[in-house]
Amino acid sequence: MGRYLVKRSVTLLFVLLGVSLLVFGFVRLIPGDPAVVMLGERATPENIARVRTQLGLDKPIYEQYLIFIANALRGDLGTSVLRQEPVTQEVIRRFPATIELAFGAMIIATLLGVPLGILSAVKRNSWFDASSMVFALTGVSMPVFWLGLMLIFLFAVMLHWLPSGARLDANAQYEPITNFILLDSLLQGNLTLFAQGLRHLILPAIALATIPMAIIARMTRSSMLEVLNQDYIRTARAKGLRERKVILSHALRNALLPVITVVGLQVGILLSGAILTETVFSWPGIGRWLVDAIYARDYPIIQGVTLFIAIIFVVINLVVDVLYTVVDPRVRLE
Amino acid sequence: MASAAVAGGRSVNQAITKPPQSLWVDAWHRLSRNKAAMFGLALILLFFFLAIFGPMLAPHDPLKINSGKGFLPPAWMPAAWVSTNNVGDPQFFLGTDSIGRDVFSRLIYGARVSMVVAIIPTIFITFFGILIGIVAGFFGGTADNLLMRFTDIVYSFPDILFFVVVMFALRDTPIGDWGNGLILLFGALALVNWVGVARVVRGSTLSIKEKEFVEAARSIGTSDRNIMQKHILPNILSPIIIITAFAVPRLIIAEAVLGYLGLGLRPGTSSKEFFVTSWGSMLLEGQTAINAQPWMLLAPAIAVALVVMGFTFFGDGLRDALDPRMRGAG
Repeated sequence: MGRYLVKRSVTLLFVLLGVSLLVFGFVRLIPGDPAVVMLGERATPENIARVRTQLGLDKPIYEQYLIFIANALRGDLGTSVLRQEPVTQEVIRRFPATIELAFGAMIIATLLGVPLGILSAVKRNSWFDASSMVFALTGVSMPVFWLGLMLIFLFAVMLHWLPSGARLDANAQYEPITNFILLDSLLQGNLTLFAQGLRHLILPAIALATIPMAIIARMTRSSMLEVLNQDYIRTARAKGLRERKVILSHALRNALLPVITVVGLQVGILLSGAILTETVFSWPGIGRWLVDAIYARDYPIIQGVTLFIAIIFVVINLVVDVLYTVVDPRVRLE
Repeated sequence: MASAAVAGGRSVNQAITKPPQSLWVDAWHRLSRNKAAMFGLALILLFFFLAIFGPMLAPHDPLKINSGKGFLPPAWMPAAWVSTNNVGDPQFFLGTDSIGRDVFSRLIYGARVSMVVAIIPTIFITFFGILIGIVAGFFGGTADNLLMRFTDIVYSFPDILFFVVVMFALRDTPIGDWGNGLILLFGALALVNWVGVARVVRGSTLSIKEKEFVEAARSIGTSDRNIMQKHILPNILSPIIIITAFAVPRLIIAEAVLGYLGLGLRPGTSSKEFFVTSWGSMLLEGQTAINAQPWMLLAPAIAVALVVMGFTFFGDGLRDALDPRMRGAG
C-alpha cells in the first residue's frame, strides 16, 4: 500500500508537470504579443509595458515557467489582466458553484441509476429491462451540452416550469457566507432562497447527471446479474425468504461494491462535464469562467483555471483508486 | 442486445450440412439480424448521402440572406411559436435564421463537417493507435513504458479541456488557417483519441504474442515485422474495429462541442466552399434564438442526436457480432 501510494504520487507529479508545461506552452504559442492582444491595438505603450511586466513577458521563457510553477506551488495562480483580480481568490469564490452543481448531479445519478439497474436485473429480458438499457445506451452517447439545450427548451422555454440558467433570479437578495447557495440559505433560515436555488439547480444537475446515471445503471445491472447467479442467493430463496429481502439485503449488498467504484470514477467526468453544463446554463462556476476567459483572452485565468481543474481531476482519480482498495480488499495494488 | 438468441438458433442438422463460414461472414450474419445496428447503419448511410450530395439536395443557398424573412417558423406552423407575426413559408421547410438563411439547407451542409470528422481523424487514430500499440505490446520494455505513462497522462486530463486549450492557442496561427481550420481540428482530436486504440491494441497484442503459432513463426525465422503484420494484426482486428466504432461518435461530439463553444472550424464565406457551417455552431446560434425560432436549435440538435445514435447502435451491434462473449458488457 505504502509503495503503491508513493508510486502513484510520483506519477501524479509527472502528470501535473506535463499539464503545466502544456498549459504554459500553449498559451505562449498564441501568435502576437499577448499584451497587445489583450489590450487591443490602440492601447498606450505604457499600458502594454505594464501588462508585459505583470505577465513576466520581459523575462526569458524558462524563467517565466519557473516563476509560474513557483507561484502555483504557493497557491498563487496569477492575476487576471482585465479585471485585476487574483485568480486563486476568484477560483475559491466560484468553485462552490461548480461543486454544488456536481454534487446535485451525483445525487440524481445515484438515486436514479442504482434502482434502475436493480429493476433491470431483477426483471431481466423484460420490456422494462430492454427499454431502460436502450435509455442507458442513449444516455451515455448524448453529449452533456446537447441534453442541457434540450432541457432548457422543454422546461424553460416551452413549459416555463423552471429557470433556464444562473444560480438565482436576477433580483434575489443573497448574502454569501460559503458561496454554497443551498447551504447558506439553510444557515440563514431563508427557505424561499433555498427553494429558488433548488429550482435553478434542477435542470443543470439533470443534464450533468444523465451520463453518470446511465453508466451507474448499466454497472448496477451487470453486477446484480452476476450476484443473482450465486449459490447463496439460491440458498436464501430455498430458506423461504421473501424475494424482496433476497434482492435488497442479500444480493444488493454484494453487488454494490463495483457500483461504488463507478460512482467514484464519475467525479472526473462530472468535472469536465461541468465546463459545458455551466456554459449552457450560464452557471457562474469555474468552467463558465474559463470559457469566458478564453473569449476575453485573459491568459492568466486560462492558465490558472486549467491547472486548477487538472489538479482536482488527478487528485480525485488517485483518491478513488485508493478508496477502491479500502472498500474491496480483493483488489491488489502493484 | 435484441439479437441475443440469434446465434444459437440453428438446428443441429443445419450446423452439420452448412459449409464453414469465415469470422467476417458469420459476423455479418449476426450483425444483419440486429435491428438496432441496422437502424444505426441506415442513419449513418443517410447522413453520408446528405453530406456528399448536399448541394443537389439543399433547396436554397445556405448562405443566402433573405432580407425581411428573418426568424420564419417552420413551414408547418401556421402562426409563430412565440409572439412574432411571422408565418411559416413552405419554401423554407425548417424556417429561417435571424438574417433569413434557410435552416434546412444549412442543416444539410452542416452534415459534411460531422461526416468528415467521422472519417479522417478516425483513420489517423486507427493507424497510429495500431502502430504504436502493436510495437509497445510486442517489444515491451522502454517503448511500452513510455506509451503507458503517456496514456496515464492523457487519461488523467479532461480531454475537452485539452481541445479547448489547443484550439484556442493555435486558431490564429497559420496552422489554424489550413482548410478552414479543419487540419488543426483533426490534429487536436487525433492527438487525444489515438491513445484509446493504442491501449486496446497493446493489450490484445500481449495476449496473442504468447500463442503457439507466434512461437512457431518465430522458430522458423520469421522477422518481427512479419510476425506483427501477418500473425498478430489479423488476430486482433475485432477489438480494433470495435474500439474504432465507438471512437467515431466521440469525435463527432467533440467537434460539435468545439463548434458550440465558438472554437470549431471557420466556416467558408461562399457556398462554393465545402464547409459552410457545422451543427455545433448552428446549436450556438440556435440557443441565442431559442425564443424567436426554436427550430434553429432543434434541427441541429436532432441531427446530432440521430448521427450519434446511429454510430452508437451500429458500434454496439458490431461488438455483439464480432465478439459474442462481450455481449451486453460495458
